[in-house]
Amino acid sequence: MKISREWLEGFLRRPLQSADVSARLGMLGAPVDGIESLGGDLSPFVVGLVTEVRPHPNADKLRVTSVDDGTGTLSQVVCGAPNVTAGHKYPFARLGTVMPGGLVIEKRKLRGEASEGMLCSARELGLGQEHDGILTLETDAAPGTPLLEIMDAPDERLDVDVTPNRPDLMCHKGVARELAHAYGIAYRLPEIPELVEIDLPPPVRYGDEAIVGGVRLAIADSGCGRFLGATIRGVKIGPSPAWLVRRLEGAGVRSINNVVDVTNYVMLELNQPMHAYDAATLRGPAVIVRAAREGEALVTLDGVTRKLAAGTLVIADAERVIGIAGVMGGEETEVSGTTTDLFLECAWFEPSRVRSARRAANLSTDASQRFERGTDRWGAVDAFRRAIRIVLTVAGGAVDNATVDCFPAPSFPPRIFLRPSRVSQVLGVALPWIEIEKQLVALGATVVSKPDDGRMAVDVPGWRPDIQTEIDLVEEIARLYGYDKIPTDLRGFRPGARQDDAAWGAMARIRLGLASQGLSEVMTLPMVATGGPGAPRLLNPLSADHSVLRDALLPSLVGEIEANWALHTADIRLFEVGTIFAKGEPGGRPTEALQAGFVVTGARAPMHWSDGGKPALWDRWDARALFERLVALANPSAAVQVEEGGWVARLGDGTVVGHCRQLSADAPPWAAPLFGGEVAVAMTPAPVVPFVPVPAYPAATRDLALLLPMGTAVEQVTALLMQRGQRHELRSVTVVDEYRGKNLPEGRRSVAIRLVFRASDRTLTDAEVEQGLGRLMTSLERELDVTLRSS
Amino acid sequence: MSESPDHSSLAPLRARLAAIPTLDAEALEAEAVALLGRKQGELTMRLKGLAALPIEEKRAMGGALNVLKNELEAAVEARRAELAQATSANANRDVDFSMPGRAQWPGTLHPVTVVVDEIVEIFRGLGFAVALGPEAEDEQHNFIALNFPPDHPAMDMHDTLYLDPEGASRPVGERMLLRTHTSPVQIRVMRDGPPPYRVVIPGTVYRNDAFDPSHAPAFSQIEGLAVDEGITFVDLKATLTHFAQRFLGADTRVRFRPSFFPFTEPSAEMDVGCRLCDGAGCAACKGTGWMEILGCGMVHENVLRDAGLDPERWTGFAFGMGPQRIAMQRYGLHDIRLLYGGDMRVLTQFGGVGR
Repeated sequence: MKISREWLEGFLRRPLQSADVSARLGMLGAPVDGIESLGGDLSPFVVGLVTEVRPHPNADKLRVTSVDDGTGTLSQVVCGAPNVTAGHKYPFARLGTVMPGGLVIEKRKLRGEASEGMLCSARELGLGQEHDGILTLETDAAPGTPLLEIMDAPDERLDVDVTPNRPDLMCHKGVARELAHAYGIAYRLPEIPELVEIDLPPPVRYGDEAIVGGVRLAIADSGCGRFLGATIRGVKIGPSPAWLVRRLEGAGVRSINNVVDVTNYVMLELNQPMHAYDAATLRGPAVIVRAAREGEALVTLDGVTRKLAAGTLVIADAERVIGIAGVMGGEETEVSGTTTDLFLECAWFEPSRVRSARRAANLSTDASQRFERGTDRWGAVDAFRRAIRIVLTVAGGAVDNATVDCFPAPSFPPRIFLRPSRVSQVLGVALPWIEIEKQLVALGATVVSKPDDGRMAVDVPGWRPDIQTEIDLVEEIARLYGYDKIPTDLRGFRPGARQDDAAWGAMARIRLGLASQGLSEVMTLPMVATGGPGAPRLLNPLSADHSVLRDALLPSLVGEIEANWALHTADIRLFEVGTIFAKGEPGGRPTEALQAGFVVTGARAPMHWSDGGKPALWDRWDARALFERLVALANPSAAVQVEEGGWVARLGDGTVVGHCRQLSADAPPWAAPLFGGEVAVAMTPAPVVPFVPVPAYPAATRDLALLLPMGTAVEQVTALLMQRGQRHELRSVTVVDEYRGKNLPEGRRSVAIRLVFRASDRTLTDAEVEQGLGRLMTSLERELDVTLRSS
Repeated sequence: MSESPDHSSLAPLRARLAAIPTLDAEALEAEAVALLGRKQGELTMRLKGLAALPIEEKRAMGGALNVLKNELEAAVEARRAELAQATSANANRDVDFSMPGRAQWPGTLHPVTVVVDEIVEIFRGLGFAVALGPEAEDEQHNFIALNFPPDHPAMDMHDTLYLDPEGASRPVGERMLLRTHTSPVQIRVMRDGPPPYRVVIPGTVYRNDAFDPSHAPAFSQIEGLAVDEGITFVDLKATLTHFAQRFLGADTRVRFRPSFFPFTEPSAEMDVGCRLCDGAGCAACKGTGWMEILGCGMVHENVLRDAGLDPERWTGFAFGMGPQRIAMQRYGLHDIRLLYGGDMRVLTQFGGVGR
């Protein structure tokens, strides 16, 4: 909402500082997003009296003048304005003055004649666009008087951020009401210059039908709660007076003509949108509020032909639709330069009807924004009468017969019962009755005490349709009392009964676990360009790149790898913990699961000089170890198993919950191999692993070089050894080397393993270890055709 | 102990003891074996030979031999240590200790994770537990139960991302969407069991916004809810002021301004004094000296009632804030998209583990 500082000053009858106004409005819940000055700073200029005007010897269009600027010395000023006249006063910029555009006035020669200053036009002062010559000052002030003493400082426009619950702040009166409370002063309507004195009786009350100065007015739809109408004949359409143009401009609205400007003025002042029709164009003549019928259309004021959905609340004459109620009028009945008779509409429309009409037409206007929030149906009468008076003042004419007020179901603003005990229960401060009453009066409410049950009966003002229940009043009391006056004492509390969500601990564990492996956490957007057939689709994505919910993490992570490659980054280590999605039944809730994934490529550690410039790269064995680490963190009951070119994490029931392998990507030639894996996060708390006593007796270690037939996996060998080795006190089997190639029997590879034997109750003897080894070798040879490598 | 003539036979051994400090490493080890070796060492042999001597002599000689053995062992050890030190000093003389050390990659947590964790930890200290909820929601949980009027503009496609119903039509109010805030989890918590509640709710939320320097279609939010008998606006102000001062520094200035949210009443915005200009007014705080950090308010009566709680008995407060915005302010980021990318040059600047 754009608010003019001057207009507020008109309400409050005192000068205001925009910065202070902004601060106070902010603390009342209406922050000011910006302040715009509507003119240059007038402080450098003075009144200059032109004492003499001579023709310029060398230029037909220039004049040489003498200017008295109060310093006692006349200045010679060359001036190009046709209207410069001896004996008149003009705004004068002395030498050294900085103009609003930044230009500095210096002594210079114009076609050979010295010029010591400048006589200014309105535009040069930043006061508007007209540039027909210099600005003639009608003033008695002596030459040299600062211009600010005889002219108003430029207006300022405040951009007030109005929350949806505050229709009252959509006008200057509402903002002035808040400021009056903040400053502790009174407010009343601004004076209208030269307001005509006429006898304007109150509108005559009718039901849903009336005749208004020859025009039939009817309400045929309950979406219109009140309709005030007047026919004004004999107006002269023309430009608005300067004060009206200035007010509208202060509020960011362009002047159109005197009548339209008045309707806008009243809307901006009192939050009551109005519409003026050219009465001669009304067929019937009639004005009817009704629902649009199937197939009806309208050319609105913006020149657009709009088909109307049946049921849309419209204004019609006897034959056709002439406006979308509360949104915009029609082109065919608009006020034009030739209009002499007006029909003036001032109505209350149901907010939801205006909202649906606005949505259907996709047309948000100053009027629709106000009707949607809710206008004051009881305040409409005052707004209507003020509008008529100002129309008669600025456009002439006379009201034809009586004005009319169609109010089919008369009502009063709601009465709410307020318990002071509820105020303290919610706010935590016991406000005395008098303090509560003070805030309610500031709100504009009427307070009736009800001593028999300790409640206050509060009649809410019509401009606050948002206030409907007791708690709404509690909020208003807190707001107007001042949030900053409510204490901030920290008190004891009862803790909640809930535990942390299990997933939270799992996420923290995984993040820390992977970061401690040297990986960096990334958070990619959960919506992607494409996904598998089971990935849920969005109905209304803004961009095709973000139209599907991800069903896996690795594609996004690989995308980030490629983005890094594009930036010539070769060493990349990323992980993410995030939600993945899968379609549910059509229209239903998708399934969501927490997933953790990683990708690595490039150097395994930062470059070190001992690597000779060729650091070791992440390889598949690093990937396997990272994957095992991730599975242990994220899904500890799953086992990592070999599967077709990589590994999977599998639960006891065979469900695969994760996978890891070398990945293909759009890689530049210099890129290192890329590996990645992801796993479903089990929502289990971290498993508690019981303490294992440290060994009390020494271990015996034996290294063996084994020959394995091709196709025999090391895991088969270690599994067999661990199983059979139990009775021989075998504790661990570690692979220490692999060799393939020369000096080996055909179809064999050599794998070196280290066996550790240890008993928990004694020191093993060499003989015991050797005997165990012999038995184990026999088993290996018999069951897996694995033999000792001789040499 | 003075040496008796009886022990003159020990003189050669004593001479060899005296020579030990002059031996080089190789000779030292040979001498140690020759004298003290477990099988053939000279002293070992002499000690074994004691058994054959008469009792008197055995006692005197035994004592002397043991003294000598201890002295020899000590001398060998001392010489070994001396030689080892000389060796390493020699070796070190040629080492350039200014050469760089061998590092590991510094793992890093995402700046948003760092911010969220800090916030959660502070509220955990105030008795709050972490609650989570689904990101795909229905209009009931996301809007209706939170006191949004049925024709609220948020339910326009303009602001909210809806899921494709795949041909199945669902009435307005039951359509599936991506939650626009973490507040639906409040509803889930309240329907899950009786008060008191003290929960913080971190999570991802979605809006139908373009992906540009200041907007993202998905971002993090962290929300809080406290409901009990006797909770008031004083508790709201006190708790959140305490939070701000723990999170941003004990001298942080805080103010509460009236605001509007459908699901709280009274509603407020909490501002903190701008840390860049110390309240003087700068570009970051648009000249106001204050930065908006969170929205909050007393849980709306209708929300409590809808969750089956009597608002005359139970009162509470709720709040919500945006970790991305906080992270951007904290680290001086000007483009929110940096928080969604995997650029290693960006990510490795934040949240170092163990740093």
